Amino acid sequence: MSVDQETIFQNKIDNEIRIEPKDWMPEAYRRMLIRQMSQHAHSEIVGMLPEGNWITRAPTLKRKATLIAKVQDEAGHGLYLYSAAETLGISRDEMLQQLHSGKAKYSSIFNYPTLTWADVGAIGWLVDGAAIMNQVPLCRASYGPYARAMTRICKEESFHQRQGFEILLTLSKGNEAQRNMCQDAIDRWWWPSVMMFGPPDTDSPNSAQSMRWKIKRISNDELRQKFIDVCAEQVKLLNMQLPDKDLKWNEQTGHYDFGEINWKEFYDVLNGKGPCNAERMTARVKAHEDGEWVREAAQAHANKIAVNS
Amino acid sequence: MQNNDWPLWEIFIRSKRGLDHKHVGSLHAADARTAIENARDVYTRRMEGVSIWVVESKNIHASNPEEAGDLFDPATDKAYRHPTFYDLPDDLKNM
Repeated sequence: MSVDQETIFQNKIDNEIRIEPKDWMPEAYRRMLIRQMSQHAHSEIVGMLPEGNWITRAPTLKRKATLIAKVQDEAGHGLYLYSAAETLGISRDEMLQQLHSGKAKYSSIFNYPTLTWADVGAIGWLVDGAAIMNQVPLCRASYGPYARAMTRICKEESFHQRQGFEILLTLSKGNEAQRNMCQDAIDRWWWPSVMMFGPPDTDSPNSAQSMRWKIKRISNDELRQKFIDVCAEQVKLLNMQLPDKDLKWNEQTGHYDFGEINWKEFYDVLNGKGPCNAERMTARVKAHEDGEWVREAAQAHANKIAVNS
Repeated sequence: MQNNDWPLWEIFIRSKRGLDHKHVGSLHAADARTAIENARDVYTRRMEGVSIWVVESKNIHASNPEEAGDLFDPATDKAYRHPTFYDLPDDLKNM
Protein backbone atom coordinates (compact mmCIF):
# COMPACT_ATOMS: atom_id res chain seq x y z
CA MET A 1 0.00 0.00 0.00
CA SER A 2 2.57 2.55 1.06
CA VAL A 3 4.77 1.84 -1.97
CA ASP A 4 1.76 2.60 -4.13
CA GLN A 5 1.00 5.78 -2.22
CA GLU A 6 4.58 6.92 -2.58
CA THR A 7 4.51 6.39 -6.35
CA ILE A 8 1.24 8.31 -6.67
CA PHE A 9 2.74 11.07 -4.55
CA GLN A 10 5.93 11.34 -6.60
CA ASN A 11 3.90 11.30 -9.83
CA LYS A 12 1.92 14.29 -8.62
CA ILE A 13 5.14 16.13 -7.82
CA ASP A 14 6.69 15.24 -11.19
CA ASN A 15 3.57 16.49 -12.95
CA GLU A 16 3.56 19.79 -11.03
CA ILE A 17 0.37 18.89 -9.17
CA ARG A 18 0.44 20.62 -5.78
CA ILE A 19 0.24 18.60 -2.58
CA GLU A 20 -2.49 19.79 -0.19
CA PRO A 21 -2.79 19.22 3.58
CA LYS A 22 -5.07 16.17 3.52
CA ASP A 23 -3.19 14.33 0.77
CA TRP A 24 -1.06 11.34 1.65
CA MET A 25 2.62 12.31 1.89
CA PRO A 26 5.79 10.52 3.02
CA GLU A 27 6.67 11.22 6.64
CA ALA A 28 10.10 12.50 5.58
CA TYR A 29 8.45 15.06 3.25
CA ARG A 30 6.24 16.23 6.10
CA ARG A 31 9.23 16.49 8.45
CA MET A 32 11.37 18.33 5.91
CA LEU A 33 8.60 20.85 5.30
CA ILE A 34 7.87 21.38 8.98
CA ARG A 35 11.54 22.00 9.62
CA GLN A 36 12.01 24.38 6.70
CA MET A 37 8.73 26.28 7.12
CA SER A 38 9.05 26.69 10.89
CA GLN A 39 12.67 27.84 10.55
CA HIS A 40 11.51 30.29 7.95
CA ALA A 41 8.72 31.55 10.23
CA HIS A 42 11.15 31.87 13.15
CA SER A 43 13.50 33.89 10.92
CA GLU A 44 10.72 36.36 10.12
CA ILE A 45 9.90 36.77 13.80
CA VAL A 46 13.49 37.06 15.06
CA GLY A 47 14.23 39.28 12.06
CA MET A 48 12.03 41.96 13.60
CA LEU A 49 14.55 42.47 16.42
CA PRO A 50 17.60 43.94 14.65
CA GLU A 51 15.45 46.44 12.76
CA GLY A 52 13.08 47.15 15.63
CA ASN A 53 16.21 48.39 17.36
CA TRP A 54 16.14 51.47 15.08
CA ILE A 55 12.46 52.39 15.11
CA THR A 56 12.81 54.96 17.87
CA ARG A 57 15.97 56.38 16.30
CA ALA A 58 14.96 56.59 12.64
CA PRO A 59 16.23 59.91 11.24
CA THR A 60 12.90 61.23 9.91
CA LEU A 61 9.20 60.63 10.42
CA LYS A 62 8.97 59.11 6.92
CA ARG A 63 11.76 56.63 7.67
CA LYS A 64 10.15 55.78 10.98
CA ALA A 65 6.72 55.10 9.47
CA THR A 66 8.37 52.98 6.77
CA LEU A 67 10.37 50.97 9.28
CA ILE A 68 7.32 50.30 11.45
CA ALA A 69 5.43 49.09 8.38
CA LYS A 70 8.32 46.86 7.38
CA VAL A 71 8.68 45.32 10.84
CA GLN A 72 4.91 44.74 10.93
CA ASP A 73 5.19 42.97 7.58
CA GLU A 74 7.82 40.63 9.03
CA ALA A 75 5.42 39.73 11.84
CA GLY A 76 2.75 39.05 9.21
CA HIS A 77 5.13 36.86 7.21
CA GLY A 78 5.89 34.85 10.34
CA LEU A 79 2.16 34.34 10.89
CA TYR A 80 1.48 33.24 7.28
CA LEU A 81 4.22 30.65 7.60
CA TYR A 82 3.27 29.41 11.07
CA SER A 83 -0.30 28.77 9.96
CA ALA A 84 0.89 27.09 6.76
CA ALA A 85 3.17 24.84 8.86
CA GLU A 86 0.29 24.01 11.19
CA THR A 87 -1.53 22.35 8.26
CA LEU A 88 1.17 19.65 8.50
CA GLY A 89 0.10 18.70 12.02
CA ILE A 90 2.47 20.64 14.27
CA SER A 91 0.96 23.12 16.74
CA ARG A 92 1.89 26.77 17.07
CA ASP A 93 2.96 26.17 20.67
CA GLU A 94 5.25 23.36 19.73
CA MET A 95 6.97 25.56 17.16
CA LEU A 96 7.36 28.44 19.61
CA GLN A 97 8.76 26.08 22.23
CA GLN A 98 11.28 24.76 19.73
CA LEU A 99 12.36 28.32 18.97
CA HIS A 100 12.58 29.45 22.59
CA SER A 101 14.43 26.33 23.75
CA GLY A 102 16.99 26.76 20.98
CA LYS A 103 16.02 23.45 19.36
CA ALA A 104 14.84 25.14 16.17
CA LYS A 105 17.14 27.30 14.11
CA TYR A 106 16.47 30.59 12.40
CA SER A 107 18.47 32.43 9.77
CA SER A 108 21.98 33.19 11.07
CA ILE A 109 21.92 36.65 9.59
CA PHE A 110 19.81 37.97 12.46
CA ASN A 111 22.56 37.22 14.96
CA TYR A 112 24.56 40.18 13.68
CA PRO A 113 24.11 43.58 15.34
CA THR A 114 22.64 46.73 13.76
CA LEU A 115 25.23 49.29 14.80
CA THR A 116 24.23 52.32 12.74
CA TRP A 117 21.26 53.66 10.77
CA ALA A 118 23.00 52.57 7.55
CA ASP A 119 22.55 48.97 8.72
CA VAL A 120 18.80 49.34 8.23
CA GLY A 121 19.50 50.27 4.61
CA ALA A 122 21.99 47.43 4.14
CA ILE A 123 19.53 44.91 5.60
CA GLY A 124 16.84 46.03 3.19
CA TRP A 125 19.10 45.94 0.16
CA LEU A 126 21.24 42.87 0.90
CA VAL A 127 19.43 40.73 3.46
CA ASP A 128 15.97 41.21 1.98
CA GLY A 129 17.49 41.03 -1.48
CA ALA A 130 19.00 37.62 -0.69
CA ALA A 131 15.75 36.54 0.95
CA ILE A 132 13.74 37.48 -2.16
CA MET A 133 16.11 35.53 -4.37
CA ASN A 134 15.62 32.50 -2.12
CA GLN A 135 11.90 32.97 -1.84
CA VAL A 136 10.75 33.59 -5.40
CA PRO A 137 11.36 29.95 -6.44
CA LEU A 138 9.50 28.83 -3.29
CA CYS A 139 6.30 30.36 -4.70
CA ARG A 140 6.30 27.23 -6.89
CA ALA A 141 7.07 24.81 -4.04
CA SER A 142 5.19 21.52 -4.26
CA TYR A 143 3.28 22.02 -1.00
CA GLY A 144 0.26 24.25 -1.68
CA PRO A 145 -0.04 26.14 1.62
CA TYR A 146 3.70 26.92 1.58
CA ALA A 147 3.63 28.15 -2.01
CA ARG A 148 0.60 30.35 -1.30
CA ALA A 149 2.21 31.88 1.80
CA MET A 150 5.39 32.55 -0.18
CA THR A 151 3.46 34.24 -2.97
CA ARG A 152 1.94 36.65 -0.48
CA ILE A 153 5.34 37.24 1.17
CA CYS A 154 7.14 37.92 -2.10
CA LYS A 155 4.59 40.54 -3.07
CA GLU A 156 5.37 42.43 0.13
CA GLU A 157 9.15 41.97 0.18
CA SER A 158 9.78 44.14 -2.84
CA PHE A 159 9.06 47.31 -0.90
CA HIS A 160 11.49 46.17 1.82
CA GLN A 161 14.36 45.91 -0.60
CA ARG A 162 13.59 49.17 -2.38
CA GLN A 163 13.30 51.20 0.81
CA GLY A 164 16.66 49.76 1.93
CA PHE A 165 18.41 50.74 -1.27
CA GLU A 166 16.89 54.20 -1.04
CA ILE A 167 18.31 54.65 2.47
CA LEU A 168 21.79 53.74 1.20
CA LEU A 169 21.40 55.89 -1.90
CA THR A 170 20.57 58.89 0.30
CA LEU A 171 23.59 58.24 2.51
CA SER A 172 25.83 57.71 -0.52
CA LYS A 173 25.04 61.26 -1.65
CA GLY A 174 25.64 62.72 1.80
CA ASN A 175 28.73 64.07 3.52
CA GLU A 176 31.91 62.10 4.12
CA ALA A 177 30.75 60.72 7.46
CA GLN A 178 27.49 59.52 5.89
CA ARG A 179 29.30 57.92 2.95
CA ASN A 180 31.66 56.16 5.33
CA MET A 181 28.72 54.91 7.35
CA CYS A 182 27.15 53.54 4.17
CA GLN A 183 30.34 51.72 3.12
CA ASP A 184 30.87 50.37 6.63
CA ALA A 185 27.38 48.85 6.72
CA ILE A 186 27.92 47.23 3.30
CA ASP A 187 31.28 45.87 4.51
CA ARG A 188 29.70 44.23 7.52
CA TRP A 189 26.52 42.85 5.86
CA TRP A 190 27.93 41.63 2.56
CA TRP A 191 29.47 38.29 3.54
CA PRO A 192 26.75 37.25 5.99
CA SER A 193 24.23 37.96 3.18
CA VAL A 194 26.21 35.83 0.73
CA MET A 195 26.11 33.03 3.31
CA MET A 196 22.31 33.26 3.58
CA PHE A 197 22.01 30.88 0.62
CA GLY A 198 23.38 28.12 2.81
CA PRO A 199 26.38 25.80 2.46
CA PRO A 200 27.82 25.00 -0.98
CA ASP A 201 25.92 22.36 -2.97
CA THR A 202 28.71 19.86 -2.36
CA ASP A 203 28.12 20.21 1.38
CA SER A 204 24.33 20.43 1.51
CA PRO A 205 23.07 16.96 2.46
CA ASN A 206 19.31 17.55 2.15
CA SER A 207 19.42 19.42 -1.14
CA ALA A 208 19.02 16.48 -3.53
CA GLN A 209 15.92 15.11 -1.81
CA SER A 210 14.49 18.61 -1.46
CA MET A 211 14.93 19.15 -5.21
CA ARG A 212 13.35 15.77 -6.00
CA TRP A 213 10.33 16.78 -3.94
CA LYS A 214 10.32 20.24 -5.52
CA ILE A 215 10.46 22.01 -2.21
CA LYS A 216 13.68 23.56 -3.37
CA ARG A 217 13.86 24.48 -7.04
CA ILE A 218 17.25 26.09 -7.53
CA SER A 219 20.50 25.11 -5.82
CA ASN A 220 22.26 27.17 -3.13
CA ASP A 221 25.28 27.96 -5.30
CA GLU A 222 23.20 28.91 -8.32
CA LEU A 223 21.12 31.37 -6.27
CA ARG A 224 24.22 32.74 -4.61
CA GLN A 225 25.87 33.42 -7.95
CA LYS A 226 22.75 35.18 -9.19
CA PHE A 227 22.68 37.35 -6.06
CA ILE A 228 26.34 38.31 -6.41
CA ASP A 229 25.93 39.13 -10.11
CA VAL A 230 23.00 41.42 -9.36
CA CYS A 231 24.59 43.18 -6.37
CA ALA A 232 27.93 43.71 -8.10
CA GLU A 233 26.08 45.87 -10.63
CA GLN A 234 23.72 47.59 -8.18
CA VAL A 235 26.56 48.69 -5.88
CA LYS A 236 27.92 50.86 -8.70
CA LEU A 237 24.87 53.13 -8.40
CA LEU A 238 25.86 53.75 -4.81
CA ASN A 239 29.48 54.50 -5.75
CA MET A 240 30.43 52.02 -3.04
CA GLN A 241 32.48 48.79 -3.04
CA LEU A 242 31.59 45.24 -2.11
CA PRO A 243 34.26 44.05 0.36
CA ASP A 244 35.73 41.34 -1.88
CA LYS A 245 39.06 41.96 -3.59
CA ASP A 246 38.52 38.89 -5.78
CA LEU A 247 35.20 40.12 -7.17
CA LYS A 248 35.71 40.32 -10.91
CA TRP A 249 33.62 39.99 -14.06
CA ASN A 250 34.43 36.79 -15.92
CA GLU A 251 33.83 37.05 -19.69
CA GLN A 252 33.93 33.29 -20.15
CA THR A 253 31.37 32.28 -17.55
CA GLY A 254 29.26 35.41 -17.92
CA HIS A 255 29.28 35.74 -14.15
CA TYR A 256 31.25 37.48 -11.45
CA ASP A 257 34.06 35.50 -9.82
CA PHE A 258 34.15 36.01 -6.08
CA GLY A 259 36.44 35.34 -3.13
CA GLU A 260 36.41 32.51 -0.66
CA ILE A 261 33.54 32.35 1.82
CA ASN A 262 34.40 31.94 5.49
CA TRP A 263 32.24 28.90 6.24
CA LYS A 264 33.72 28.54 9.70
CA GLU A 265 32.06 31.84 10.63
CA PHE A 266 28.77 30.58 9.18
CA TYR A 267 28.80 27.40 11.26
CA ASP A 268 29.96 29.27 14.38
CA VAL A 269 27.03 31.67 14.18
CA LEU A 270 24.65 28.82 13.35
CA ASN A 271 25.84 26.97 16.42
CA GLY A 272 25.16 29.86 18.76
CA LYS A 273 28.49 31.68 18.73
CA GLY A 274 27.41 34.75 16.75
CA PRO A 275 27.59 38.25 18.19
CA CYS A 276 23.88 38.44 19.16
CA ASN A 277 22.53 34.86 19.47
CA ALA A 278 21.91 35.08 23.21
CA GLU A 279 20.57 38.62 23.04
CA ARG A 280 18.06 37.73 20.32
CA MET A 281 16.74 34.72 22.16
CA THR A 282 16.44 36.60 25.46
CA ALA A 283 14.48 39.37 23.74
CA ARG A 284 12.20 36.86 21.99
CA VAL A 285 11.43 34.89 25.15
CA LYS A 286 10.85 38.10 27.09
CA ALA A 287 8.43 39.37 24.45
CA HIS A 288 6.53 36.09 24.65
CA GLU A 289 6.39 36.13 28.44
CA ASP A 290 5.47 39.81 28.61
CA GLY A 291 2.55 39.05 26.29
CA GLU A 292 1.17 36.39 28.60
CA TRP A 293 -1.31 38.74 30.30
CA VAL A 294 -2.68 39.85 26.94
CA ARG A 295 -3.31 36.25 25.92
CA GLU A 296 -4.94 35.54 29.27
CA ALA A 297 -7.14 38.64 29.09
CA ALA A 298 -8.28 37.81 25.56
CA GLN A 299 -9.20 34.30 26.64
CA ALA A 300 -11.03 35.56 29.76
CA HIS A 301 -12.98 38.00 27.59
CA ALA A 302 -13.87 35.25 25.11
CA ASN A 303 -15.07 33.01 27.95
CA LYS A 304 -17.23 35.80 29.34
CA ILE A 305 -18.86 36.44 25.96
CA ALA A 306 -19.47 32.73 25.46
CA VAL A 307 -21.25 32.49 28.85
CA ASN A 308 -23.40 35.57 28.21
CA SER A 309 -24.52 34.63 24.71
CA MET B 1 -2.44 29.69 29.65
CA GLN B 2 -1.10 28.68 26.28
CA ASN B 3 -1.93 29.96 22.84
CA ASN B 4 -3.19 26.53 21.81
CA ASP B 5 -6.31 27.20 23.86
CA TRP B 6 -7.20 29.67 21.15
CA PRO B 7 -9.18 28.12 18.32
CA LEU B 8 -8.05 28.28 14.71
CA TRP B 9 -10.07 30.43 12.30
CA GLU B 10 -10.21 30.33 8.52
CA ILE B 11 -10.17 33.79 6.99
CA PHE B 12 -12.11 34.86 3.90
CA ILE B 13 -11.64 38.30 2.34
CA ARG B 14 -13.79 40.16 -0.16
CA SER B 15 -11.31 42.27 -2.11
CA LYS B 16 -13.96 44.64 -3.46
CA ARG B 17 -17.70 44.97 -3.55
CA GLY B 18 -19.26 42.75 -6.16
CA LEU B 19 -16.67 39.97 -5.79
CA ASP B 20 -16.81 36.78 -3.71
CA HIS B 21 -15.13 36.31 -0.37
CA LYS B 22 -12.02 34.24 -1.00
CA HIS B 23 -10.07 32.05 1.42
CA VAL B 24 -6.72 33.66 2.25
CA GLY B 25 -5.38 31.67 5.20
CA SER B 26 -5.94 31.06 8.87
CA LEU B 27 -5.02 32.40 12.28
CA HIS B 28 -5.56 31.79 15.99
CA ALA B 29 -7.77 34.06 18.09
CA ALA B 30 -9.72 33.84 21.32
CA ASP B 31 -13.08 34.76 19.78
CA ALA B 32 -14.69 35.86 16.53
CA ARG B 33 -14.23 39.56 17.12
CA THR B 34 -10.51 39.33 17.81
CA ALA B 35 -10.22 36.93 14.87
CA ILE B 36 -11.64 39.67 12.62
CA GLU B 37 -9.33 42.30 14.11
CA ASN B 38 -6.30 40.04 13.76
CA ALA B 39 -7.32 39.17 10.19
CA ARG B 40 -7.42 42.87 9.39
CA ASP B 41 -3.82 43.25 10.59
CA VAL B 42 -2.51 40.04 9.05
CA TYR B 43 -4.31 39.94 5.70
CA THR B 44 -5.38 43.49 4.76
CA ARG B 45 -2.41 45.76 5.50
CA ARG B 46 -2.48 47.02 1.90
CA MET B 47 -6.19 47.53 1.37
CA GLU B 48 -6.68 43.96 0.13
CA GLY B 49 -10.19 43.83 1.51
CA VAL B 50 -13.50 45.56 2.16
CA SER B 51 -15.09 42.72 4.11
CA ILE B 52 -13.86 39.83 6.26
CA TRP B 53 -15.48 36.51 7.15
CA VAL B 54 -14.01 34.32 9.88
CA VAL B 55 -15.11 30.71 10.36
CA GLU B 56 -13.83 28.45 13.09
CA SER B 57 -11.80 25.80 11.29
CA LYS B 58 -13.53 22.97 13.15
CA ASN B 59 -16.82 23.96 11.47
CA ILE B 60 -15.49 23.38 7.98
CA HIS B 61 -16.23 19.95 6.50
CA ALA B 62 -14.15 18.96 3.52
CA SER B 63 -14.34 16.26 0.88
CA ASN B 64 -11.72 13.55 1.18
CA PRO B 65 -8.96 13.93 -1.43
CA GLU B 66 -8.55 10.15 -1.61
CA GLU B 67 -12.16 9.85 -2.74
CA ALA B 68 -11.91 12.69 -5.24
CA GLY B 69 -11.85 10.28 -8.20
CA ASP B 70 -15.20 8.70 -7.29
CA LEU B 71 -16.71 11.93 -6.04
CA PHE B 72 -16.14 13.83 -9.24
CA ASP B 73 -16.52 10.86 -11.57
CA PRO B 74 -20.08 11.74 -12.69
CA ALA B 75 -18.80 14.87 -14.46
CA THR B 76 -15.80 13.40 -16.25
CA ASP B 77 -17.63 11.80 -19.23
CA LYS B 78 -20.09 14.59 -19.97
CA ALA B 79 -18.29 16.78 -22.45
CA TYR B 80 -21.70 17.52 -24.00
CA ARG B 81 -22.23 19.99 -21.14
CA HIS B 82 -19.72 22.32 -22.76
CA PRO B 83 -20.64 24.57 -25.70
CA THR B 84 -17.59 23.49 -27.72
CA PHE B 85 -18.94 19.91 -27.88
CA TYR B 86 -21.32 20.89 -30.69
CA ASP B 87 -19.97 20.97 -34.23
CA LEU B 88 -21.62 23.83 -36.07
CA PRO B 89 -20.82 25.55 -39.40
CA ASP B 90 -18.57 28.64 -39.31
CA ASP B 91 -21.26 30.52 -41.22
CA LEU B 92 -23.54 30.38 -38.22
CA LYS B 93 -23.27 33.85 -36.65
CA ASN B 94 -24.17 35.36 -33.31
CA MET B 95 -24.20 32.11 -31.36
